[in-house]
Amino acid sequence: MQTKRVVFSNRGLPYALLAPQLAITFVFFLWPAGQAIWQSFLREDAFGLKTSFVGVENYLRLLREPDYLNSLSVTGVFAVSTTVLSMGLALLLAAAADRMIRSRDAYTTLLVWPYAVAPAVAGVLWWFMFNPTIGIMSYLLEQLGYDWNHRLSGTDAMIMVVIVAAWKQISYNFLFFLAGLQSIPHSLSEAAAIDGAGPVKRFFTVVLPLLSPTTFFLMVVNIVYAMFDTFGIIHATTEGGPSQATNILVYKVFEDGFIGLNLGSSAAQSVILMVIVIGLTVIQFRFVERRVAY
Amino acid sequence: MVENRPWLTFFSHAILILGVLAVAFPVYLAFIASTHPQNAFISGLVPLLPGDRMIENYGTMLDAGISTSGAPPLGVMMWNSLVMALSIAIGKIIISILSAFAIVYFRFPFRLLAFWAIFITLMLPVEVRILPTFKVVADLGLLNSYAGLSIPLIASATATFLFRQFFITVPDELTEAARVDGAGPMKFFRDILLPLSRTNIAALFVILFIYGWNQYLWPLLITTDESYYTIVMGIKRMVQVADSQPNWNFVMATVTLAMLPPVLVVILMQRLFVKGLVETEK
Amino acid sequence: MARIFAATGLAALTATLTMGTAFAQTEITWWHAMGGELGTKLEEIVAGYNASQDEYTVTPVYKGTYTETMTGAIAAFRANEQPHIVQVFEVGTGTMMAAEGAIYPVYELMADTGQDFDPEGFLPAVVGYYTDTNGNMLSMPFNSSTPILYYNKDVFEKAGLDPETAPKTWGELESFANTIMESGAAECGFSSGWISWVQLENFSAWHNQPIGTLENGFGGLETEMTVNGPVQVKHWENMKRWQDEGLFQYGGPGGGADSAPKFYAQECAMYMNSSASRAGVLANASDFEVGFGMLPYYDDVEGAPQNSIIGGATLWVLQGHADEEYAGVADFFSYLSSPEVQADWHQFSGYLPITQAAYDLGQEQGYYAANPGSDVAIKQITLNAPTANSKGLRFGNYVQIRSIIDEEFEQLLAGSKDAQGALDALVERGNALIRDFEAANK
Repeated sequence: MQTKRVVFSNRGLPYALLAPQLAITFVFFLWPAGQAIWQSFLREDAFGLKTSFVGVENYLRLLREPDYLNSLSVTGVFAVSTTVLSMGLALLLAAAADRMIRSRDAYTTLLVWPYAVAPAVAGVLWWFMFNPTIGIMSYLLEQLGYDWNHRLSGTDAMIMVVIVAAWKQISYNFLFFLAGLQSIPHSLSEAAAIDGAGPVKRFFTVVLPLLSPTTFFLMVVNIVYAMFDTFGIIHATTEGGPSQATNILVYKVFEDGFIGLNLGSSAAQSVILMVIVIGLTVIQFRFVERRVAY
Repeated sequence: MVENRPWLTFFSHAILILGVLAVAFPVYLAFIASTHPQNAFISGLVPLLPGDRMIENYGTMLDAGISTSGAPPLGVMMWNSLVMALSIAIGKIIISILSAFAIVYFRFPFRLLAFWAIFITLMLPVEVRILPTFKVVADLGLLNSYAGLSIPLIASATATFLFRQFFITVPDELTEAARVDGAGPMKFFRDILLPLSRTNIAALFVILFIYGWNQYLWPLLITTDESYYTIVMGIKRMVQVADSQPNWNFVMATVTLAMLPPVLVVILMQRLFVKGLVETEK
Repeated sequence: MARIFAATGLAALTATLTMGTAFAQTEITWWHAMGGELGTKLEEIVAGYNASQDEYTVTPVYKGTYTETMTGAIAAFRANEQPHIVQVFEVGTGTMMAAEGAIYPVYELMADTGQDFDPEGFLPAVVGYYTDTNGNMLSMPFNSSTPILYYNKDVFEKAGLDPETAPKTWGELESFANTIMESGAAECGFSSGWISWVQLENFSAWHNQPIGTLENGFGGLETEMTVNGPVQVKHWENMKRWQDEGLFQYGGPGGGADSAPKFYAQECAMYMNSSASRAGVLANASDFEVGFGMLPYYDDVEGAPQNSIIGGATLWVLQGHADEEYAGVADFFSYLSSPEVQADWHQFSGYLPITQAAYDLGQEQGYYAANPGSDVAIKQITLNAPTANSKGLRFGNYVQIRSIIDEEFEQLLAGSKDAQGALDALVERGNALIRDFEAANK
């Protein structure tokens, strides 16, 4: 690992400087993570009065449990749809804003603020709009002849949570796409224009390939976002329903642990999630390392 | 641009305006809902134009709350959110800048181990280690306390990385000059590094403030005492009431107030916010 | 009744004797799940208790839904932060009962603290659900209810139906609903809260069909669910058909949060939910008259109508607090079950009176005569002497099983399963959870 050519020498000081962060990391991250791993090998009653060691039983059961397999695929659909929808719209908006010279900053201001809205709050906002009795969206859809019912239709419910999750993430993607677009030299686009390529063709043949590092980076970030930061959205709206149609992995950990009080299974799910996050982080980190020369 | 195509410009404006409207519409509705009396939501469609109860609704929520929905006065909840957001933001910045300083400017045994120990926290979002972390906090007697709300969320690999990257770009000449002047490491840190990091700190502060303010699951779990509820988690309590209907006007007043501080921070400090966002994620 | 009066008198006396001493009041925490109008009333009752004596202060804390309240308390118990009293809904009973080291059974609490307490004064239909096999009362009934039928009298009149007659059978309900929809008086016939509780558990008890083996689980942890019988299958088939015809509208899982607004907005003419929704219904139904009726039954099922079973919640006392605090809890329980408090709570909320004395008091006051329909619930629950099928139910992990019931019902309505398939799957998944519970609690 790279450091400074010039460093200070002091025996105790670096440890003292690191101590607060390491202490917190150990007490609130590493220790609980270790506990989760240990717990995943146990079977316990709700109150923690009777405990027995069951080995990998909790994991084996998960892999056999249709609800868990369903949750895996639900998470996949949710993460991919959210990523595609949010990135697609953000790219469209960023490409439009990139053409603007005077109004670009104003549009940016008007588009970035949803980043600051908490996922749970975003969920409540849309839940209100889709409310079957008084919601405006369900009313409009009904006028259009679509019988919207997120209480029964897993597809409708999934569409709703994807919209909420994407709505909240557009601002983030927009900023990165806009920054990416602005860093593309105009000369390239101009050269293509001289060759007779129209704006749409230029966008797909010149701009998009040059944006691919940003796109790839955003993809990983969006997937991580959809998998882990959307707990509040699900909890404030569908609570995983109907019939588990929106029960994403992170919500299931919580539900099985805190509602179902099945601590062993919940811990095993946590461990699996940790493995997934570690995988995604490694991908992200390798990519970052390639892009930013340390 | 290379050529001027009026229809394309028009089309771009149209897309952007549509985008802005779509993004703002849910919030507009929430605000409208918060200005109506309770019975506006019983029958039929939600109102689309402002009502006349804005002052009463916000007044009620700010100083009385609805205790029956587990909502203490919003003033209390907003204060708690503020304390939590500030503690997390400031705490994170302090511990990260110190540890980044140690990692970049010193060579010592176990440096790599320390680096990895911090790095791994990047991989453990609160949601995946929720039960054991809850247990640790409970064992330490930190349930229902500001410390319990903020300390477990303070450790952060991203902030440490940001400072590390920035420190690496600081010219070595500065360090050498300081050493020639006989300045010790802490003096160098205080007089040179800290002033240089000012914009980074400010940018990070904006991002972390939003992160802290928007915490949901964690306060939901560890607060059982209403006087520690934060506003974001309080909303959920109001939406779900057993055997009864939510008071949408009050819920939406709360929603509006819960969004206001972080949104204002983003809009007023847009430049810092964008910088913070782009840099922390690198 | 005299005994309970004596108890309160004694408590008042102790309170007076200790008055003036410099000791701080003993604090007692009560976690509950009562939001909205019920929450306001609950706080009023607690304030009444706190004002009636000055030895103890009870602090009520609203903890969200029933599920959140219960699991929050269990998590708090594991963290040694538990409240003294927690309100747990009836389906959590199995879990609470099995947690022997964590709960302080009410009969022991009352005996240990020397409270004058008479379990005989409680209504058997209510306490039966919460007593162990030896007849000891484990938790304190507070808010027990049973589902009833609410209907919109104005819509009935508009459709040319008799506004004073509620449908008695499902057949009548169907034909009433058709008349209403054809006449355009309302868009939909009926909606229902708590599908699991109303359209499966109570439906089974009301038709004297077993919900599970071993007396619906009262007889031991080895029980198995049996709700996939022909009567239940027929009813779920009808529910699906009614939904397709627009006669029935689904209001969501759990309590069915969207069902009540449909009734309030006069979209649906009839609505089945807890008798305790009465306060909310009357407060929200400002534009129309509300009628009350018993749950409908199928007249071709032998033994129907039997009696309905209760829902709602009881108060459990958790271990791990000081003796003088438990004395306060016991004192508070005596206050809660006094006829005045009970009658007031029952008449306000629509929850069942839990003691005979409270019911008698209501009759003395002329409450039932003045408020027609307010005694539908108690009549329905005491219609016949309970059989093994209609005493209640007791399964472990039932909180999750309730979600499974909702899920399978949703699959039925969405058309991905037929009634038999949904109920079979429900039984299979439910039994797996009951086996888990058995394994964890051996």
